[in-house]
Amino acid sequence: MLRNPQLNAKGELQHLLSVEGLPRELLVQILDTAESFAGVTERDIKKVPLLRGKSVFNLFFEGSTRTRTTFEIAAKRLSADVINLNVAVSSTSKGESLLDTVANLSAMQADIFVVRHGSSGAPYLIARHVKPHEHVINAGDGRHAHPTQGLLDLFTIRHYKKDFSRLTVAVVGDVLHSRVARSLIHGLTTLGAPEVRVIGPQTLIPAGAAALGVRVCHSMKEGLKDADVVVMLRLQNERMSGTLLPSAQEFNKHYGLTADKLALAKADAIVMHPGPMNRGVEIDSNVADGPHSVILPQVTFGIAVRMAVMSMVAGGG
Amino acid sequence: MAALPDAEALCAALAAALAPRIGPTSAMIGIHTGGAWVAERLHAALGMREPLGFLDIAFYRDDYDRKGLARDPKRSKIPFDVAGKDLLLVDDVLYTGRTVRAAINELFDYGRPASISLVVLAERDGRQLPICAQHAGARIEVAAGMRLRLKRSEQGRLSLELERVA
Repeated sequence: MLRNPQLNAKGELQHLLSVEGLPRELLVQILDTAESFAGVTERDIKKVPLLRGKSVFNLFFEGSTRTRTTFEIAAKRLSADVINLNVAVSSTSKGESLLDTVANLSAMQADIFVVRHGSSGAPYLIARHVKPHEHVINAGDGRHAHPTQGLLDLFTIRHYKKDFSRLTVAVVGDVLHSRVARSLIHGLTTLGAPEVRVIGPQTLIPAGAAALGVRVCHSMKEGLKDADVVVMLRLQNERMSGTLLPSAQEFNKHYGLTADKLALAKADAIVMHPGPMNRGVEIDSNVADGPHSVILPQVTFGIAVRMAVMSMVAGGG
Repeated sequence: MAALPDAEALCAALAAALAPRIGPTSAMIGIHTGGAWVAERLHAALGMREPLGFLDIAFYRDDYDRKGLARDPKRSKIPFDVAGKDLLLVDDVLYTGRTVRAAINELFDYGRPASISLVVLAERDGRQLPICAQHAGARIEVAAGMRLRLKRSEQGRLSLELERVA
């Protein structure tokens, strides 16, 4: 059997490329470690010396403010040096290949590469070519995976709901284009959530969704009933070819989260969104800013989760 | 080899020795995991004003580059302001001194205490840093290749044990 490219020979995290394929114990270890780091982020001095002298290169071939910033904050709180590269407008546009870019940064003595790329699998390609002491963290690749977002979603759910074993989680919207949904669903099934539902129009649900172990619903009425957790996905305008949806208004009418639709879920349900939100499209403002919303805590937890992942991959010999 | 002293009796004797030194600015912090057990005993016996604090030094260890992060770090919790406090830092066994070094570094990221005193249930030879305990329950000879550890039974009883280093 091929060794999982994310793990070293001892079964420890070497790279974080996808939530898929991570054993349950390792997922729990990441969440527990993040819990300890959440304590650090509540102190006056929000810094620990773990990654002193190490360099983290943020390699974003695709734009993202929130993810890049929270990785940067996480690395700085671990005392690493952070170098941000807006590769989209530099080397690549001059024709340098992905692996040449990485080889050059490696020559500048990188320890961790945080990679966001429009093509699925790009972080895997890099992970196969880096030196043994270099680590790759996938910060979103194409439609494939966004593991740190998936992990912070799991962390948020565990924070508010404690235990996965009795949860009904509804993931709503553009599942087809969502690497966030994919990472979260793998994590939820690994951690034993008994019911994961995906809700959306037929055109935005991937054909193989049922094979992931989820229940596919095409109406909010069916999908939100008695849900403990409602995860809204961003309608990815920039990824839509235009033929999948009649209009954003039409989408909002059927699948936008309004207070009325949220009332179908459990009274203590939490509402999550990976951001950035399209208010009035997939989520109404009074829900996004309402008492069920944990959208901003998700961002804060994202820092602790990224600290956990970076310190777990970079430690040891 | 002489029998190891009873850990519960050592806790009681330590508490008695510390009692005259507890003042209005005193506060106690236990180092996970063994030090936290001892600190729970002492804190209860001494009736201190501030709640007990806990430190997990996983993020301050000096062997991270060799060994990586501990598998199950606990969350450090210090439920009082350390600034100006006379801190009693509690651990189970003082050996190389590296854990205490890490704990002191972490404490200073919470604030500037007035003082820190080290309280340990037992100390043994093998210091690698200029660190000593102000209060030690016992001094125990440990043969090469052996490790002195504090254990807690399911009933919550503490005991010292010698085990072979793997």
